[in-house]
Amino acid sequence: MDTTLLVIQGLNGLQLGLLLFLVASGLTLVFGILDFVNLAHGSLYMVGAFICASLTFYFDSFLIALVVSLPLIGIFGYLFEIVVARKLYERDHLDHVLGTFGAILVIDTVAHIIWGANGISVPLPDYLEGQVSLTSDIQIPVFRLLIIAAGLASAALLFWMVNYTRLGMLIRAGASNRTMVSALGVDIKTLFSLVFAMGAVLAGLAGMLIAPITEASLGMGNNIIITAFVVIIVGGIGSMKGAFIAALIIGVIDTLGRAFLDDIFALFMSSEAAENSAPAISSMLIYLLMASVLYFKPAGLFPPKVR
Amino acid sequence: MRNILGKGLSSWGMMVLLLIVPLIFYYTGNAFYLDLATRLVILAIAAVGLNFVLGFGGLISFGHAAFLGLGAYAVGIPAYHEIYGGWDALASTNGFFHFGLAIGVGALFALVTGAISLKVKGVHFIMITMAFAQMIYYLVMSIEEYGGDDGLVIDMRSEFPLISLDDPIQFFLIAFASLALIMWLVHRMVNSRFGMVLRGSKGNESRMISIGYPTYRYRLVAYVISGAICGYAGALLGNFTAFISPEMMDWSRSGNLMFMVILGGVATIFGPVWGAIAFIVLEEILSGFTVYWHLPFGLMLVLVVMFSRGGISSLLRGKEDK
Repeated sequence: MDTTLLVIQGLNGLQLGLLLFLVASGLTLVFGILDFVNLAHGSLYMVGAFICASLTFYFDSFLIALVVSLPLIGIFGYLFEIVVARKLYERDHLDHVLGTFGAILVIDTVAHIIWGANGISVPLPDYLEGQVSLTSDIQIPVFRLLIIAAGLASAALLFWMVNYTRLGMLIRAGASNRTMVSALGVDIKTLFSLVFAMGAVLAGLAGMLIAPITEASLGMGNNIIITAFVVIIVGGIGSMKGAFIAALIIGVIDTLGRAFLDDIFALFMSSEAAENSAPAISSMLIYLLMASVLYFKPAGLFPPKVR
Repeated sequence: MRNILGKGLSSWGMMVLLLIVPLIFYYTGNAFYLDLATRLVILAIAAVGLNFVLGFGGLISFGHAAFLGLGAYAVGIPAYHEIYGGWDALASTNGFFHFGLAIGVGALFALVTGAISLKVKGVHFIMITMAFAQMIYYLVMSIEEYGGDDGLVIDMRSEFPLISLDDPIQFFLIAFASLALIMWLVHRMVNSRFGMVLRGSKGNESRMISIGYPTYRYRLVAYVISGAICGYAGALLGNFTAFISPEMMDWSRSGNLMFMVILGGVATIFGPVWGAIAFIVLEEILSGFTVYWHLPFGLMLVLVVMFSRGGISSLLRGKEDK
């Protein structure tokens, strides 16, 4: 196993982990504060990618499109909260699941009608297309570095906001005692809408960042949402710190598993058997991780202290 | 509404119609409707299996499509090897082996995943069952020998003595008889001591624990039974479509099963069958209007959840708690 590949795949894993964190943080934020299970969170990720793809062609610039798309997806999340989600807070989780499952069908079909069945690939400007040499033989695409930087910056911003601002204080207070916060005169409804919109922006940002690498496509949201669930289950549902650490662990394990598992298996079985079994095992790796974490710590690695 | 959808004469009448109407259609030259009814009956079996844990046990599983898929692959993979060689020991061309394997695999997967996921409750349980189902989805997708995400055509249906699954009438009758038998079994189980404990743990778990019942074990057994039923339904489904693919286990399929169970009337014996009928009829009518039939279907789902009085949960409590 050569170190060059290991470093590159490690960075890819870091990138996947940060994108997962952007999706999972919104999910865990909304669940921790609103006690609301939003299956349609993945659809926000998808819609973000599609809006950004369309605007990239409109403005002829990916970066401008990204900046314009962020408030748009926030507004979309805000409206979704007011129209659908708000009515379901008082219900139990089964209603959340069924209602947002219906919402996924609606959003996906509307996206299908607007953007068509085929994915849209997003062109990058030239200055983001190049490679950066880290050492003499390790080269990393600029855009992947940008994703990592953007992911880390959003994570830092989120931590700062939740821990050191008045809004963050209200959010934390709302998470531990909703009734008390509203009794103290805080407009809890607006606070909830803001939290929801923030989750939408984070998920949308992840979708926009991944779109130039994969493409904006219909199934993308439904694929990532389950992985995001795995992240917040492993991290402890409602815990931001847990989501961050679990997202990085899962991103790295998933990427490295896909890249190196056949080499590892080849150490103790025939290379043919390794080649056949490695894809199967590596696709299950993160779920096996989830199962073993749950077996020992049913509440996840970092269960939130107050609920 | 609950009385109509629950039990009583109308439900018995529905079962009789479900048996007779497709046959009438078939003999009057509309073979398509018999196929539709067969699919309906198979989905109803799976919905009955899901209702056993969701309705009577209060365990909201969002991963039951995995059991269906596993059951279908338990037919497809042996059939593949029987024709193309490899596992000569399994090349028995025997339906009992296929169906036994489907039931066994469904039960085993339920045992392993249930043992872990039943340690947690509520929203954790929903997400974990989803995640485990997705694990099987990706597992099947990554095995290229069996078609990967392109799926696998089953060239030869399971073979039984005296009956032929290639004959649509016989297939329908087998499926219908299976449904009736499984509904009867579920009815017996729900009203047995075991079922009482299961329903008791849904109603008030701490009370059940304090009077000495190991609720975890009861739930696990119920989950395994449910997995076995859905594995069986999967074996039927694989034989019916003669084509299997990971798409059968997509989590929207699990959502559809939940839709059938919940809108049909949770914790009733006939409810899932009503739900399956409602789903197939809706799908058939809506997809006749537009290829985008998920849009009205999803809208309806959202609206029902938002505006049904007291939410779906009032339906979830079922009639016996009233």
